Amino acid sequence: MIYAVLSGFVLALLAPALYRLSARWSGVVFSVFPAILALYFLSHMEAVVGGEAVRVAWPWMPAMGLELSFNLDGLGLLFALAITVVGTLIITYAGSYLHGHPSLPRFYLFILMFMASMLGVVLSDNLIALFIFWELTSVTSYFLIGFEHDKDTARAAALQALLVTGTGGLALMAGVLLMGQIGGSFEISALAADNAALQGHRLYPLVLALVLAGAFTKSAQVPFHFWLPSAMEAPTPVSAYLHSATMVKAGVYLLARLSPVLGGSDIWLYVVTGFGAATMLASAYQALYQTDLKKILAYSTVSVLGTLTMLIGLGDKLAIKAAMVFLMAHVLYKAALFLVAGSIDHETGTRDIRNLGGLRKTMPIICAGAAVGALSMAGLPPFFGFVGKEALYEAVTHGNLPVTVIAVLTSMLLFAVAWLAGIRPFSGAETHTPKHAHDPPWTMWLGPVFLGCLSVLFGFMPVLPEKLLSAAASSVLAKEVHMHLALWHGFNALLVLSLVTFALGVLVYWQLETIKRVTAFALPAVHRGPSHWYALWLRFLNWSAVGQTRVLQNGYLRLYLATIMTVTAVLAWYTFLTYGDVTVVAMDWGDIGVHEWVVGLVALVGAIATVRAQTFLRAVMALGVVGYSVALIFVLYGAPDLAMTQFLIETLSLILFVFVFYYMPPFKRFSRRVVIVRHAVIGTAVGAFFTLLVLVATSVQWHPTISTYFSENSYLMGQGRNIVNVILVDFRGFDTLGEITVLAVAGIGVYSLIRLRLGKGRGS
Amino acid sequence: MNSLILRTASRFLLILLFQFSIFLLLRGHNDPGGGFVGGLVLAAALTLYAIAYDVRSMRRFLPCRAQTIIAWGLLAAAVSGVFSMFKGQPFMTGQWTHVYIFGVDLHLGTPLLFDIGVYLTVVGVVLIVIISLAEEVEEDD
Amino acid sequence: MEALLAIVIGVLYASGVYMLMRRSIVKLIIGLALLAHGASLLVFTAAGLTRAVPPVIPYGEKAVTGVADPLPQALILTAIVISFGVQAFAMVLAYRAYQTVGTDDLDDMKATDT
Repeated sequence: MIYAVLSGFVLALLAPALYRLSARWSGVVFSVFPAILALYFLSHMEAVVGGEAVRVAWPWMPAMGLELSFNLDGLGLLFALAITVVGTLIITYAGSYLHGHPSLPRFYLFILMFMASMLGVVLSDNLIALFIFWELTSVTSYFLIGFEHDKDTARAAALQALLVTGTGGLALMAGVLLMGQIGGSFEISALAADNAALQGHRLYPLVLALVLAGAFTKSAQVPFHFWLPSAMEAPTPVSAYLHSATMVKAGVYLLARLSPVLGGSDIWLYVVTGFGAATMLASAYQALYQTDLKKILAYSTVSVLGTLTMLIGLGDKLAIKAAMVFLMAHVLYKAALFLVAGSIDHETGTRDIRNLGGLRKTMPIICAGAAVGALSMAGLPPFFGFVGKEALYEAVTHGNLPVTVIAVLTSMLLFAVAWLAGIRPFSGAETHTPKHAHDPPWTMWLGPVFLGCLSVLFGFMPVLPEKLLSAAASSVLAKEVHMHLALWHGFNALLVLSLVTFALGVLVYWQLETIKRVTAFALPAVHRGPSHWYALWLRFLNWSAVGQTRVLQNGYLRLYLATIMTVTAVLAWYTFLTYGDVTVVAMDWGDIGVHEWVVGLVALVGAIATVRAQTFLRAVMALGVVGYSVALIFVLYGAPDLAMTQFLIETLSLILFVFVFYYMPPFKRFSRRVVIVRHAVIGTAVGAFFTLLVLVATSVQWHPTISTYFSENSYLMGQGRNIVNVILVDFRGFDTLGEITVLAVAGIGVYSLIRLRLGKGRGS
Repeated sequence: MNSLILRTASRFLLILLFQFSIFLLLRGHNDPGGGFVGGLVLAAALTLYAIAYDVRSMRRFLPCRAQTIIAWGLLAAAVSGVFSMFKGQPFMTGQWTHVYIFGVDLHLGTPLLFDIGVYLTVVGVVLIVIISLAEEVEEDD
Repeated sequence: MEALLAIVIGVLYASGVYMLMRRSIVKLIIGLALLAHGASLLVFTAAGLTRAVPPVIPYGEKAVTGVADPLPQALILTAIVISFGVQAFAMVLAYRAYQTVGTDDLDDMKATDT
């Protein structure tokens, strides 16, 4: 299974090269890969519906408890099949839709990479791996939305999608890390097994908020929904794949996957259900106002995502079952409708529904696909959408009244929207379109027709997907459930509700203009509001970034240093003064020998002389005095190795100083007096702190010293008597290796700098 | 620098200091000394020679370019850590063996090779700095 | 001796920090050198001073106690050599920069990076 996920990345990288082999049929060729994967996942169907999850794990960074573990259970299988089956159709479709596009190879690269990442999301059992795949889908989505990168709008939409989902991703990361910290594991299965610890923790609301922020941005829940309609700038196959069938469902997937871990609490119930319900109604309402075929579909997708979120929020058995059925129905009809919209756009040159009509004559095959999709979306029998809607009604009527009302209203609006998007362009009189319409090649009608057939087949025989959906619901509920789906439930309350919905839907469609006019007052609140905040926020970010750069990155090195040093001094002093538990040893002057006085005072005088020196040579000489005094201190306190090194290094440094700076200009006094005083104060604050630090440090020993270990084992293990040397070449040899590497880099840096002839030709 | 005393002295000193640096390197494991100090002594001696004569004369003593010395040094240090891996021990676990040559018991181990690497790197880095600068200055004159 | 060394370290840090903030690039590098000395002494002193007994195991014995702490010595030894490498690099960088832009004033150099 690990290869099933990762091979997509490999193939993606090879895609541009493979493309050259057969540009004409590239779509069909590349679609073989997801088809094989789909068969692979189908082959696991038997085991998965039997209740056993297929699990593989691969140690990745065992030291950090990180492993690539994949878990194929019912939920994962449902999503994996959606990803690969729709992927097959999309890639076939895209080969023709984007035929001759100069960036087509890049398209294959990103779409395959996206598919692999998406599979990673739905199959990972490890939260860290899941998060990485999650972010990969955001990144590939960014490239795919911005596919037509010479268009401003496409770039803006891509950036918007990336910023919104990326911000959510950051929140999710924090949530994931907190979950791992609290729960003690990053494996979802382990966390689900012990969810009481997590839910009882005082940080649980925070974890939930962070995770939900990630899921809601990804799945375009109100108020983050605006990026999804903007993302319709992407080529239609991308919209069909990422923005209806797969990626936007990642948020729903995450909620479903984590509901055994985080779900079941009151706050989960109210927050998730609330956001979902708000989203489903608000975006179904907004869809009415759209004239662009793709935007209509986008808003209705958001509405469905809201429905799914709401159902997962309710979280009882009926709701989860309904969510799974509804999700499958949506994948089948929405991808088909998107592909239809793309075909219409491709063949007529427009996708504005006001300019479209009567296409049933010129595009009969597409018309058939569209009709099935639209009727399924409207929730009419005998299509699978009807089964989905019945399940939805069954779940909400067991829930509560407000949710039921919202569900009925939404279904009513979506009924009208479905008619608007799937029936209207084909009915009525033929209109004049920029291009002469005709049916597209088979690669482009295969998708809608295939998915339409499934809608009909599953509608008549809902027993077919029953087992898979039961398995999916079982993994969400973390206990085994069985569902029985049927087209005909008998004449009961649900059917009445459905009939009411249809009647209302017909009414809405019939009186569309009146309704739009009457309810237009509500539009700004749900429509412009959030995207306006987004624009404001972006502007604020840019503005504050410019301001910060001007203040902080002013280009004056000494100001940077002064800032760093001041902050260091203030924080260090603050910590010291508020820490409490430190004792400063009294200064003891009695134990200092005469020779020690001499060495110490010479070092002091040298340091002060270095600062006060008026010429460069004096400064270097004074510096040398300091260096040799330090060496003498090493001699006095039992460090012959250090003393030798210090003597030699000091000598070599002095030679270098004289060598290099002989050619530099004499010292000038640049700074004003007030600046000098300010810097002197900063310097004194830092220096005084270090004096204090030494006085404190010599008197405390918080942790047992590790030097004893070295002293005891130097000869026995390191076979050397000079402990310092044994530490350097044996115990801490790795450090020394790094250190001489740094040294070598510095040497080579010097060599390159000298060889670099910058400005030689220009200057002199 | 044109000082007869310095020139004569530096020539003798170079030989003496070279021997001393090797001595420091080899005894470093048991007594004060080691690769760092040894390398610095040799580098200082060569620098002294370069001051007394010039850098070009000093370079005659080098078997190869300074960069190459650094490379050999790093290689020796890195390779010294590999031996232990053949025995299934972690990288850089010290390995020791006794070698008898002419009846003398030599106690050899990978830390010694590591120290030689340090020694060569230090020598190379100091020399590369000195040589680069000297060439620069000589060209400018 | 800790008292005296504490003051020496403080003065070294103070003068190092002060020199770092000068506009002349040469002074900056001298400041770097002062800081390096300060840091060496800080580690050395903070670990505790032991007079005149180097951390070497006498011949004929297997371990030793009561000697100077070897660990800070190993740390400082590498620090000294590294700081030499860094200083050499910084010096040549300053020299090159001075040659190229014709000034050793860091404020003037700011204007030349475009």
